[in-house]
Amino acid sequence: MNPRIYYIATNTFREAVRDRVLYNLIAFALLLSGAAVLVGQISIDIEKLVVINLGLTAVSLFGIVIAIFIGIGLVAKEIDKRTLYTVLSRPVRRWEFIAGKFFGLAGTLVVNTTCMAIGVFAALLYVSHHLQASDSGVLVALYFIVLQFVMITALALLFSSFSSPLLSALFAFSLFVIGSFAEDLRGIAKLTHGAAGWLETCVAYLVPNFSALNVINQTAHGEAVAPQLIAYNTTYALVYTLAVLAGAALIFERRNLK
Amino acid sequence: MTAIEILGLEKTYSVGFWRKRPKVALKPLQLTVEEGEIFGFLGPNGAGKTTTLKMLVGLAFPTGGSARILGMELDDPKMKAQIGFLPEQPYFYDYLTARELLKYYGHLSGVDAKQLLRKVDEVLARVGLRDSANVQLRKFSKGMLQRAGIAQAILHDPKVVFLDEPMSGLDPMGRREVRSLIEELKAEGKTVFFSTHILSDAEALCDRVAIIHLGELRKVGAVADLTSGVRGKVEIVWQSATVPAAIQALGAECHFAGETIRVVIGEENQDVALDALRRERARLISVTPVRTSLEDYFMSQLSGPAESSSKPPLQAASEAKSAGARS
Repeated sequence: MNPRIYYIATNTFREAVRDRVLYNLIAFALLLSGAAVLVGQISIDIEKLVVINLGLTAVSLFGIVIAIFIGIGLVAKEIDKRTLYTVLSRPVRRWEFIAGKFFGLAGTLVVNTTCMAIGVFAALLYVSHHLQASDSGVLVALYFIVLQFVMITALALLFSSFSSPLLSALFAFSLFVIGSFAEDLRGIAKLTHGAAGWLETCVAYLVPNFSALNVINQTAHGEAVAPQLIAYNTTYALVYTLAVLAGAALIFERRNLK
Repeated sequence: MTAIEILGLEKTYSVGFWRKRPKVALKPLQLTVEEGEIFGFLGPNGAGKTTTLKMLVGLAFPTGGSARILGMELDDPKMKAQIGFLPEQPYFYDYLTARELLKYYGHLSGVDAKQLLRKVDEVLARVGLRDSANVQLRKFSKGMLQRAGIAQAILHDPKVVFLDEPMSGLDPMGRREVRSLIEELKAEGKTVFFSTHILSDAEALCDRVAIIHLGELRKVGAVADLTSGVRGKVEIVWQSATVPAAIQALGAECHFAGETIRVVIGEENQDVALDALRRERARLISVTPVRTSLEDYFMSQLSGPAESSSKPPLQAASEAKSAGARS
């Protein structure tokens, strides 16, 4: 990795780790996993389903909140506090700064998800006393959740590169909600004809398809995820993230710092 | 050799939400700074000093003209490795310690990893932060942050150092130390380009100064040359019961201490005043030339005829500042 991107990424990671909000969110996620155990105990024969559903949903929601609320400040906060001045006056290209910030937060989210995943597996082991081969589906679901985090981090970074933190949060969260219904949008677009249909199709394919990355329910019911879907989702998430990051870099490249 | 060459650099911001209108922050600026010089960039708040510095270090983009530093274009990463920059009222990652901060900046500037720790310790000692090296910056006072800012600006041994209001927030002792540091940088052969509105600092340090007002360059030159052209003032002290009518007519303020009267008037009115005192048979005590300071010259430039706006300087300056902040 380019050394400047690496140092900016590690500094971003260090900032997140030293930020107590992050620790609180991890604690909350662990608490929620604990609640899953409690619900699992009072459910009859569906303990595992409840634990997987609740645990993975908690991992997803907490990660999304972290990705959006830290992501929107990645550039905006640096401009606002003028910490960026002493970075960009060095031999650091603006796209390197964007890439470093992205990798720093994405790395933070991977570490964070790993901690929460350990909590989910511990809860699973607690309710079913042993892990089965079919539980590996949870890992695939977690992998898809991480792909969602990566995409939402890139989107938050894109909005952060030209907008205020409040508007960035609004845009990123709206896109997350709309993206969670992307498959439904595509279905509606197919049923609509003419200019409206064309427009709907464009919107449906432009918004991030988070619904394809949500296999929590499928995993909770013990259904395997097709390898083709893993390959398709991986490619989709990487291409989408790269495109969004390129957009963020292009916007930031010409921005005058106040 | 020329360290900084500014060729018609200009900046216009768009202001307004619905109907954008242009606001000139910097009119085409022509300026050269030679290697090894301490160059002062003077002007009131909102004059265009920070805008110029931001364009030179790559934080803002000019709308016209160009500039070269050490013969390299502004967007050349090799040039960026040769410059150091201290922003006005610097703010750093406050979760880092001073040592961590400098290591981070050292890495970004491409300082050799083997030498970095030694350089960090050296520069911390040089700015008087050795004892606070492992303290998080959120616990630093304003003066300590300014020192950390200077440390990061000189850490990678740059050839040209840009300092935006380096004395701001420092106590008299701190200001003296920063002055010494700037002089040391000059002794090491570095070029120092600093903006300030504290004229005594510029007068004490600078080989040459430029005066900028409302985005327009007013004058460039050595302090001594600039001030020599300004008509001086004289202080006249005498003893009498009253102030002669001819002196009163000059409009100068008279200071009384018993029967001793003191007045400061323009050099050109000296003969009129002395003639009046002779006629009144007043007892003349002294006639002393008052040295023209850079401040006098500065003030004369700010109220000079080149002013393009009919607005009062302070109002216009504050508008220019807010236009820059909005863009």
